[in-house]
Parts: sequence; structure tokens; C-alpha cells
Amino acid sequence: MSTASVSLPNWITYGLMPLLNLTLAFVISGLVVWLIGENPFEAVKLLLIGALGRGEGIGFTLFYATNFIFTGLSVAVAIHAGLFNIGSEGQAYLGGLGAALVALALDNYLPWYATMPFAILGAAAAGAAWAFIPAWLQAKRGSHIVITTIMFNFIGAALMVYLLVNVLIVPGKMAPETRTFLEGGQLPKLDWLMELFGLKLGAAPFNFSFIIALVMCVVVWFLIWRTKFGYEMRTLGISPSAASYAGIPYARTVIITMLISGGLAGMMALNPVMGASARLQVEFVGGAGFVGIAVSLMGRNHPLGIVLAALLFGILYQGGGELSFDMPNITRDMIVVIQGLVILFAGALEFMFRPALVRIYQNFVKA
Amino acid sequence: MKKTLLSLLAMAAMSATALAADIKPALVYGTGGKFDKSFNEAAFNGAEKFKAETGIEFRDFEPTGDTQGEQAIRNFASKGYNPVVAVSFAWTSAIEKVAAEFPDTKFVLVDSVVDKPNVRSVVYAEHEGSYLVGVIAGMASKTGKVGFIGGMDIPLIRKFECGYEQGARAANPKIEVFQNMTGTTGAAWNDPVRGGELTKNQIDQGADVIYAAAGATGLGVLQTAADNGKLSIGVDSNQNHLHPGSVLTSMVKRVDLAVYNAYMDAKNDKFTPGLQALGVKEDGVGWALDDNNKSLITPEMQAAVDKAKADIISGAVKVHDYMSDNSCPK
Repeated sequence: MSTASVSLPNWITYGLMPLLNLTLAFVISGLVVWLIGENPFEAVKLLLIGALGRGEGIGFTLFYATNFIFTGLSVAVAIHAGLFNIGSEGQAYLGGLGAALVALALDNYLPWYATMPFAILGAAAAGAAWAFIPAWLQAKRGSHIVITTIMFNFIGAALMVYLLVNVLIVPGKMAPETRTFLEGGQLPKLDWLMELFGLKLGAAPFNFSFIIALVMCVVVWFLIWRTKFGYEMRTLGISPSAASYAGIPYARTVIITMLISGGLAGMMALNPVMGASARLQVEFVGGAGFVGIAVSLMGRNHPLGIVLAALLFGILYQGGGELSFDMPNITRDMIVVIQGLVILFAGALEFMFRPALVRIYQNFVKA
Repeated sequence: MKKTLLSLLAMAAMSATALAADIKPALVYGTGGKFDKSFNEAAFNGAEKFKAETGIEFRDFEPTGDTQGEQAIRNFASKGYNPVVAVSFAWTSAIEKVAAEFPDTKFVLVDSVVDKPNVRSVVYAEHEGSYLVGVIAGMASKTGKVGFIGGMDIPLIRKFECGYEQGARAANPKIEVFQNMTGTTGAAWNDPVRGGELTKNQIDQGADVIYAAAGATGLGVLQTAADNGKLSIGVDSNQNHLHPGSVLTSMVKRVDLAVYNAYMDAKNDKFTPGLQALGVKEDGVGWALDDNNKSLITPEMQAAVDKAKADIISGAVKVHDYMSDNSCPK
């Protein structure tokens, strides 16, 4: 008997299954750590202390998590409409341009809270613009969105490097980056939030964009499950033919969905560009767009799940860095292996345990 | 008298051990990774040399991104590591911030400048070294066409290209210089396949000497040139041994010296902050001659490059620095 159609209670689907997958990923990572001659328990301890042990570690974890929330939401919105947006990386990169141009233009004249709305709009508009062409090609010409968004990542990288090396660079400086934004172009650190919990933020760049990310989670939830457009998106995602039979315009839905997805990816740039380094740098996205795919899959494309998955990846990023710092035997490539195992088991093989769980559950219910 | 001498000796010995125990050197690499056979590996070799001579262990770290680099530098400083050496311009702002937080720690930044009382900045005149290998390339080329393959398209790499072009032109005014950058992202430092393709393309256009300034991508350039019986020029570390008889020479940038000197100076309590600009004159950059490429360098080339070197040192030849005005004279 097929087990795919049997429905399981939510606590198993959303609680037990991810937990089992995660445990397996860590057990196998532990084996790898043990194979290269280090103590796996010590490694886990270092990883967790590095990520959550001090205020500064927590600040970094939340900083990374903020990036992943944005890109995770970006991927999730597109997936609900049946679109696989692999271009969050490039859209976020271009979003940085939007945010930076606003910050460069206004930081002299306005305080941060007045610059911020324009910067959010600028980042979202630039990210959305970068998603528009692939969206239009998908909607009108049938060019597959996966291919076009991947290609646009490269075009985006080329464009940004051209701009930073030739146009936006501070003359005479070595690094291809813009000038440092003044206070009016920076997002403030959230040290007060940490102090509420009696923690010291230290040097961690945990900043206001975290709050923007949480607001966006609510907005996305509302959009997908509480609006007419969200209903149309989901219908299209489940069955394009049923959607067209119901009179949902394909091209319009695809394009608007991708604009929203690109806009969310673009907003990710607020965190590193305006919150952390206060300047636009080459390659500031650093793969967060691709991690967003894993975050969205792990979080079951639901904002709440995305926040949790983003936190997990934040812990892996921050804790992983600290782990390879404290255990020189564990190189940065090892950390990538551990992250890869988590993605493999929690993302790609998410339903591996499902048949077994269904059987156990059915026996349990019968008895 | 004897007693004073003894106590003096004892004091000297004590202070020596105290100093030696004081130093806990640390090294933070650029994001290209430790074993790139080029820039970062040169830094690693400098630290290894220090370790072999003094027996003092060092700690190193390979950051994957900008945020992590700053964290690593701060981590080292807060755990009492001193001096902390950071190679790559990518850590400029990180050093600027962290050096202010730890005024008693000595920092060394390679490839960029930070003006702080506890920071030593080491920069290289890559355009001068590239000029020298350009002279050799211009003379070695039989087709009158030479090539340049850069890594990521940033001002620093254009500086290499510009010096090379000037050198080649000094050797042969009618020379044609092809140039390609491998890419626009960090992946361009580690893409030997694409490096090889670009080399093939330049060879098809007639180039017979190709200079690679592209990190690990350069390995593909050197390989392809060797496969096609053409000459190539390595970068940063001495890469002559990779394909003896095909690698014409290497533009050596002594990042190892910067690291080694920083540790030694700190150990001997001679550390000085401030800017160190290392050019041809200071032997910070140069060209590599060893058994692997001896047969490729004719006496005329040797004479020409020695003269170019002397002229740069005396100031008779001024190699234009691309980064001084972001342009290259044609």
C-alpha cells in the first residue's frame, strides 16, 4: 500500500520528521568529524557555544539568520506559484545597489529612520527589477525560470562588479566598494534588544533589518493565505491548467509573483549593506541566495518554518566559523560538508522517514 | 665584575625568553584559501619559515567571507594573539575597526593601507615586477603578440596588466598585448578550466607568451601554454617548477617576507608600524630565475631585464601605476 496519501498529524510532519532528519545529519557529520580524528561531542559543544554561548555569538547568528529569512521568503513566495526562483542571489546583489544608491544620496541630509523607507523601497525595487525579465520571459515566451534566473545571477554579478570597479569606487582606494555611509545611511544595531535579555552585543552586526525581516514574514503569510492574489498564486502552483480554467491570468500572476519574490530578495541587502558594513562591497551576498532555497524547503515554505530554518542555518554559519577557528583540523570545507549534510537530509530527503513513520503511526492508532 | 657580567647575561637570557614567550603569532588568509599555490600560500610559507627557525607555533584561519574575516581577526586579538597578520586588501576595514579596539596588539595588513599607530601596512609595487616580466615576454615573443590573463576584474589586477603591457612595449614598441579577465566574481580566482580556455583563445590569436595573474586559475593557464608548446609566466610565488621549459619566469611577490618579517620583528621587539611599500628596489617584487627556466632566458633578455631593474631603481624608468589614476597609458 502506498503511504504517500496517508495524512499524519502535524506534530509528526512539522515536528518529529524535521527533528529526525536533523539528528541523522548531525550523526553523520559526527562520524566525519570522528574520522578526521577530532572528538565529535567536543565539536558540537564548540559549535553551539560559538553560536549561542555569548551575546556576540547570538548577535552574529541572528545577523546571518536575517539574511536567510529574506532569501527564504523570496524562494517560498515563488514556490507557492510553482516557480523555482534560483535567482535570489542575483536579485539580492542588485538590491544592494538600490539600497546603496539611496543611502549615498540621503545619508547627508536625513536621519536613519527617514532614509530607511526609501532604502527598503530602493532595495526591493532593484531586486524586483532584476526578477522582472526572467518573469516576463517565463510568462510570455515560456523560457524556463530556473534557467533564466541562474543566468541572471551571472549577469548581475558582472554588472555589479563593473559598477563597483568603474563607477562607484572611491578613487585611489584598493577595494572595489563605495564610500562608507554616514550615520543617516546606516541601520542601527539592536543592542537594546539584546540588553533586554541581559546580553552584550559586542561587535556583532545584528541590526534593525531583523525587525524588517520579521515584519516581512507576517506580510508574506498574509499575502499567501489571506488575500485573493495569494489564492491565485497557490492555485497556479498546484495546477496551472485548473488555474487557467478558473480564469486566473497566467502571465500576470507569474510576473507579479516574481516581482514580489525579487523584491524580498533585494531587501536582504539592507542587512549586510546598511546594517553591517555601511558600504556596498563586491559579493556581499556570499551565497545567502542559495541558502535561501534550502531554508525555504526546510521551512516547508511557511514563514514560521522559514524563521526556524534560518535560525538553524545562522547557527551553522556562526557556530561553524567558530568551530573551525577553535579546531584548526576542521577546515572551512568541513563546515560546508556539515551544512551540505543538513541540506541533504532536511531538504532533499525530507520524506525519507515518512513511510516508516506512517507504518508505526498506523500500528499505533490501530492498537 | 664577574658577577655583574653573569647577572647581565642572566637578565639578557630572561628577557629573551620573556620576549619569545610573549609572541603568539596569528595569520588570517584571503578568501582564496590557504593552498592556492600563489598569494595565500606565499603567506603560509613565510609563517612556516618563521616556525622552522624559531620553533614558535602560529595559528591561521581561512575565512569564507568578509564578515568571517573580521570576526577571525577580532577573535585572534581578543585571545591574546600578537602580532596578527591579515593578507588581502579585503581586510582593510576589518583591521581599521579591530586595531582601534585592541591598541596593544600589533597588526600587519598586506596589500592595503590602514593608518593606525599599531598597524603596519605592506603594499607591493606589482606594476614594477610586472614591467620586468613584460620586458622578458616582449623579447621572448616570436609572433610579436603576448597575452595577459587576470583573475577577478579589480583595480589590483589591472595594475598587474598595465605594468606588464608597459614592459612588453618597452622591449618591443610594436607588440600587441591581448588581455582577458577570467570573471567578475571571486570564483574567478579558482577556475583553471576557464583560464585554460582563455589561454587557448589567445594562442589562437597568435600570442606565444601568456602571463597569468589569477590565483589558482593561473594553473590552467600554465598547463594550457605547456600543452601547446607556448611560454607562460607565473605569479606571486615562484611557479617555474610547475612546467619546466614552458614557464618563462614568474613575477614573484614576496608576501612570505612580509609575514616572516612581521613575526621576526615582533619577536625581536623591533616591530614598527606605518607603511612599507615594497618595490623592485626593496626586492619585494621581482622575477624568478632558477634551474627550471635557465635555458629559456637568453643573455640578451637577462641584460635587458637587469637594465630595466636598474632603471626602475634609479628612477630613470617610471612605471605607471594603474591605481594612481585608474587608467593605463596606451
